[in-house]
Amino acid sequence: MMTASAVPVLGAGDLPVGGGRLCRPEGPMRAVGRNMPRRDGIEKVTGAARYIDDLSFPGMLYGRTVRSSIPCGRIRAVNLPPDTAGLTVVDHRDIPGRNVIALIVDDQPCLVEHVVRHFAEPIVLLAHRDREKLLAADVDIEYEPATPVFDPLRSPTVFKSIAMTKGDVSAGFAQADLIVEGEYRVGHQEHVYIEPNGVIAVPENGGVTLYGSLQCPYYVQKALRVALDLPPEKLRVVQAETGGGFGGKEEYPSIIAAHAGLLALKARRPVKLVYDRAEDMVATTKRHPGIIRCRTGVKRDGRLTAIDIDVVLDGGAYTTLSPVVLSRAVIHATGPYRCDHVRVNGRVVMTNTPPNGAFRGFGAPQTQFAAEVHMERIAETLGIDPVRLREINALRAGDTTATGQVLGRDTSALAVLKEAVRRTDFRRRRRALRGTGRGLGLALFFHGAGFTGAGEVKLASRASLELTERGARVLVASTEIGQGARTVHAQIVADTLGLPYDAIEVARADTARVPDSGPTVASRTSMVVGGLLERCAREMKRKLGRLTPREYLRRHGPLVVTKQYEPPSAAVFDEQTYRGTAYGTYAWACDVAEVQLDPVTYEIRPVAFTAVQEIGRALNPTLAAGQIEGGTAQGIGYALLEEVVMQDGRMANAQLTNYMVPTTMDAPRIDVAILERRYRHGPFGAKGVGELPFDGAAPAIANAARHLGLDVRALPITPERVMEAAGAATVGADRGGRPGRDGRADT
Amino acid sequence: MRTAMSALELIEPRSLGHALEILRDRQPVVPLAGCTDIYVALNAGAPAGTRFLNLWPLDVLRGIRLRNGVLSIGALTSYSEIIRSPLARRRVPALVAASREIGAVQIQNRGTIGGNVANASPAGDTLPVLAATDAVVVLRSAGGTRRVPFNGFYTGYRKTVMLPGEIITAIEIPPVAGRQWFRKVGTRAAQAISKVVVAAVRAPHPRIAFGSVAPTVVRVPRTEQLLANGGSIDEAAAMLLTEIHPIDDMRSTAEYRARVACNLLRAFWTETA
Amino acid sequence: MRFVLNGRQVDVRAHAMKRLLDVLREDCGLTGTKEGCGEGECGACTVLVDGRAVNACLVPFGQVRGRRVLTIEGLKGTHPLQAAFVGEGGTQCGICTPGMIMAAAALAKDATLEDVRLGLAGNICRCTGYTGIYRAIAKSRGRKGPRGTLRPQP
Repeated sequence: MMTASAVPVLGAGDLPVGGGRLCRPEGPMRAVGRNMPRRDGIEKVTGAARYIDDLSFPGMLYGRTVRSSIPCGRIRAVNLPPDTAGLTVVDHRDIPGRNVIALIVDDQPCLVEHVVRHFAEPIVLLAHRDREKLLAADVDIEYEPATPVFDPLRSPTVFKSIAMTKGDVSAGFAQADLIVEGEYRVGHQEHVYIEPNGVIAVPENGGVTLYGSLQCPYYVQKALRVALDLPPEKLRVVQAETGGGFGGKEEYPSIIAAHAGLLALKARRPVKLVYDRAEDMVATTKRHPGIIRCRTGVKRDGRLTAIDIDVVLDGGAYTTLSPVVLSRAVIHATGPYRCDHVRVNGRVVMTNTPPNGAFRGFGAPQTQFAAEVHMERIAETLGIDPVRLREINALRAGDTTATGQVLGRDTSALAVLKEAVRRTDFRRRRRALRGTGRGLGLALFFHGAGFTGAGEVKLASRASLELTERGARVLVASTEIGQGARTVHAQIVADTLGLPYDAIEVARADTARVPDSGPTVASRTSMVVGGLLERCAREMKRKLGRLTPREYLRRHGPLVVTKQYEPPSAAVFDEQTYRGTAYGTYAWACDVAEVQLDPVTYEIRPVAFTAVQEIGRALNPTLAAGQIEGGTAQGIGYALLEEVVMQDGRMANAQLTNYMVPTTMDAPRIDVAILERRYRHGPFGAKGVGELPFDGAAPAIANAARHLGLDVRALPITPERVMEAAGAATVGADRGGRPGRDGRADT
Repeated sequence: MRTAMSALELIEPRSLGHALEILRDRQPVVPLAGCTDIYVALNAGAPAGTRFLNLWPLDVLRGIRLRNGVLSIGALTSYSEIIRSPLARRRVPALVAASREIGAVQIQNRGTIGGNVANASPAGDTLPVLAATDAVVVLRSAGGTRRVPFNGFYTGYRKTVMLPGEIITAIEIPPVAGRQWFRKVGTRAAQAISKVVVAAVRAPHPRIAFGSVAPTVVRVPRTEQLLANGGSIDEAAAMLLTEIHPIDDMRSTAEYRARVACNLLRAFWTETA
Repeated sequence: MRFVLNGRQVDVRAHAMKRLLDVLREDCGLTGTKEGCGEGECGACTVLVDGRAVNACLVPFGQVRGRRVLTIEGLKGTHPLQAAFVGEGGTQCGICTPGMIMAAAALAKDATLEDVRLGLAGNICRCTGYTGIYRAIAKSRGRKGPRGTLRPQP
């Protein structure tokens, strides 16, 4: 029996649609808050949408990357194939600019010069018209291997360290009745966007145009300006329809685009460089593994008196975005709890493995996994109800966070906790499930929306709105990667202008056409860029006055309104002391997971999942629910299934046969409830929703496993780890509860 | 796709007889059934050969029939056809259960039982069922037909008794007396390679076979005998550990496989009591 | 080699061992069917051959002789699933969508939610968590027939 159910969107009730012009729409709201059908839906369901591998250019060559087969050492010689007819060969000497992928710290070469620092590091690039000849070209590389570093705890190189302190932890521990300690470990996670990375570089206009599967066209342009030594007007970057990103196409595409660009410039032909699944899994970025040690002082009544956390993240061979991942990890490390005495020391270190990078959550999932499992252990140790423990310590409006930020009225930790507990009848169900082989667990978590600290000011994002005959055209560098960016932006503009949703177009993310709105990351696309568009639309509406768009154009000619980011308040964040306003606002959530343990196989199966998430405003409930359902499923994969097996610094299970992401059979029914508590400075009250849902799924599942008696402190919670945690004697077919599936086969 | 197509050849036989002649005269040649294993290797750049023989159109190799009480399954019968077959459901429900657990519907529509047997993986999901039911493999060459007991078909890791020029044309399963039981423990709930897979028949002398715990699928005769003699399930579990040889690999550990195999044995015994 | 493609008799010249996926995308100009893994795991390349869902990355062209092949383009925007996927959040990034719709189209009309989960177990979606897909399938069943044709913008 299947029914299609609507997503409940609950108003928090007690807050007015707060202050200021930003939350008061000037016309009837016809699009925002409604399930407007997604913009690109028809193209996607008819097969008409054009992803990078669907595109072709006349005279196009195919590209291939020759990569190192050792994790660490020097190159002694590169021997090219004897027959190079028709073959374009590129190495580091062909780089016109600097041999670097410019990002934060320019330590990653575009192509290896002498020193190899990770397996699959790119050394030589090839292109040929004939794919078989390209495949057959044999490049033989001689190495002098050196001893690699694989253990992050033994790494001699720290990319970045951060110390965040509030109050005095010694004093805090002195007040404690009890101290609970623990170490928690999380491994790599691979994005598995169903479309692998790909770029086509077309030499033209004295430069090169890059088409790609990507999240940040301007990141690519910035990186290629340095490597190809071309000015921006000669480096046009156009986003093709993109089959999933999740952060895996935030910074990585700069590398594949630089490679395709180099080949195209040398060959003077278009070059298509598309990875297959195996290459993508082995060579591109993954989520940072982490080792998190928590030491917490608590009073008998459950109050936290001191939080002392040590975070070590494995950055892989080069810095990439590690400092920013560490930053978010550190700021979220306490979880959504108040405590006067906090110390978090974090460092991200080098290992000789392919560099790790952005992945939905960006540091917050790693430390919040630790924080929430640790809270559960605290509850266990004190003999306190886990819900009560959260209630006592959850951050409230007016409390200060670990960075000393005073939280505003849109602080919903208690609200989401209460709702999740109510929806799942948590306490009663937990008691009822005892001894049945099922466990119930929860996780309370939060996620700062937008770039940390002064990040948004530094980005200085801009958005433009162009008047058209029917309405307007959105010009932003934000990329549609499935989340519904085009749709939501059109909704915001439509309602602000007081025009129909269908009258608003959204231009392709093409650097020749759109301003730099910043990257499509950090849950900022609706909140920050949407906010810019709202301001553009307000001004456009003022200028239109009583005229229709067509009348205005006839009378006054073209009209383009551009707005640049302005911070909503003077609040600052000090990046040396890690004190101040880390984020404009936070989104809040509480997940509840119910799992079934199979005593025969030790498998843990999620059987039901509830996600209560406060995201400011559901601009489009179906799309918002889509982010929550999808992020939760990805988090379930992180919790139970997804393990990158590294052998000698390379991913040994680089096939979808061996790297398990959730199928329909692994993803449970996900009950979503969206709470609205308007953020004053978000368009129509919106906060960010892209990453929040990921953060809580894994700890909720780990805590459900704990309810079953399994002390698991590492991800993924594989059956092998459950078996260890269970011990042979205590878990078996006689423990109570039937096996998950009956093996009888006589029906 | 990491294999150059132009180096490959696909031969189209006019009939089964013609196919057998080609296999005799034009070695090396690799027979193609549903391609669900061979094309994965081709995609990965590790082709099984360069010359291939297309068996797919030979409908004479399909179908499930009863002949003198023996169930005969054509080698090209797909898993979906097995799942849909009322005859298979009645006679070998364990084989139907195994077929349901292979890949997902796309693989089930193309993968064949002959391919599963010929591929000779120790993790092949139908193989424990064929072992536990004492199936027979029908082999044909241009020189004639021979029948080989399934338990005896594998001589080592991915090694069979097949001679050059032979293909599997059918799998025969004699009547099965006793309740059939099948369980696959995979890396996830669907589309998974097994970590441990077991098929068993409950009878005064039980027949039990395991996959993924040895270089080939194995029967466990000493464990079966112990149970037939009235031994306890605890003794049987201990005996089982001497008859299987699981390893650590990227999917699982020897200890997990051993422990779960014992648990599965207990579950079989309890559920078919 | 002759076969029936999206309801029409065609004669396409391509190497017999070439993957059906590549023949469709390159020789027939139908790029709606996608490659996600080349291993038969993700289902993004799902097409129907004689009404049954298969992974086109694992089918040699030579085995399609005389068969009926149906791709996403063959639904011509008129299948109820297509409109439902748009409206109910069944598609996000869209790369799995053609394969997902083809696999869903091959499900029995009276499939329960459990049947749907089993029937789509060979189609991986990384964006939706599958819930939106189930909603779309349920919604598509509510319809008597196609509500107009979905035509993409030129």
